[in-house]
Amino acid sequence: MNCNDEAHGLIHKYLDGDLTKAEEKELGSHLEECEACQKHLYELKRTITLLQSTEHIAAPANFSNNVMQKLPAEKKRVTYLRMIKAHPLVISAALIFIFMISGVFSSWNQDNELVVSKQEDLIIEGDTVIVPADVTVSGDLYVENGDLIIDGTVDGNVTLINGQLIENEAMDEEPLMAGSVGEVSGELNQVDQIFDWIWYQVKNVFQGVFDF
Amino acid sequence: MEQLIRDKIRQVKKGDQSAFEDVIALYQDKIYRHCFRMIGNTHEAEDIAQEAFIRAYVNIQSFDDRRKFSTWLYRIATNLTIDHIRKRKPDYYLDDKIKGTEGLDMYSQLTSRDPSPGEQVESQELQRSIHQEILRLPPKYRSIIILRYLEEFSLQEISDTLDIPLGTVKTRIHRGREALRRKLRYV
Ligand SMILES: [Zn+2]
Repeated sequence: MNCNDEAHGLIHKYLDGDLTKAEEKELGSHLEECEACQKHLYELKRTITLLQSTEHIAAPANFSNNVMQKLPAEKKRVTYLRMIKAHPLVISAALIFIFMISGVFSSWNQDNELVVSKQEDLIIEGDTVIVPADVTVSGDLYVENGDLIIDGTVDGNVTLINGQLIENEAMDEEPLMAGSVGEVSGELNQVDQIFDWIWYQVKNVFQGVFDF
Repeated sequence: MEQLIRDKIRQVKKGDQSAFEDVIALYQDKIYRHCFRMIGNTHEAEDIAQEAFIRAYVNIQSFDDRRKFSTWLYRIATNLTIDHIRKRKPDYYLDDKIKGTEGLDMYSQLTSRDPSPGEQVESQELQRSIHQEILRLPPKYRSIIILRYLEEFSLQEISDTLDIPLGTVKTRIHRGREALRRKLRYV
């Protein structure tokens, strides 16, 4: 048997617990004859023992306090949605009132032009804004009337008005993984979802009123 | 244990921030230790371990409850550490390895099973040189060796944690073991 390729390969398979019966025999009889491989195996086993020699390392005092203090406050959007869910009728009625006064109703669908808060290093394809993989946008990013693909990093909040965040395939497999591409360090706000939801509630209110 | 974690994560997902404190308490030593072994510097290890927990909290909605939380957390911590190592300036990295003062501080603080003073020095020296050799491995080998032999993950768990095929895990373990064998042969 060739020591470097075959025997060493078998030794590593042995250390991983992957040897078949036949391979075990093969390695056993080689080791009986070959001192060099015996020594090799001994050194590997000793290395592993050294690696496993115990250390006592614990997280520094106050670790969890420090983390808790750095956590972002519960997202405003969450509280907002919770409030609407708790009082749908009152809130919906109030919103209709506000919309009528401020003219949000009419303005919402009129202006379909794509608006992006910054252009440098971003790619714009039709109505889609792309943060390329090697780009880090510093500061908040605002996109109106367009979709957004984040392959790179956004070092700030992202606000998407009337558009979708399109997730690329890699992100589907590794949703929002740290260290992978496609990061948003701040908060992600998608306004159209809230509007969809409000619309749904508004329709319910009207239906309820008319049925009544 | 697994059920407890699952319940805590569910509470966190519902917006209960205080439940996350229990999650931190359960994993802080493991994650901090992992980062320290990867990076060899107490301050950086603390920063990265904290960041790992913060990332986990911020992205908690994307965590799939059917999977193991620790696997997910280790992956975040490992990716952050490797990113951090890559972003370091090469000369800073070298310096750090040569001086290794942080590691020295750390190892002199270690409490072992009360060996005699002579033994203590010797075992600290040994521990330090083992750790230095681990730190000299390229990060992709380092993370696997640490998970396998210091954190005693199975090969399959490493493959799941780092999302690397089992065959690649084995190849890297073989190479990592050989590299360390050559370095630690005479210590
Ligand atoms: Zn041989």
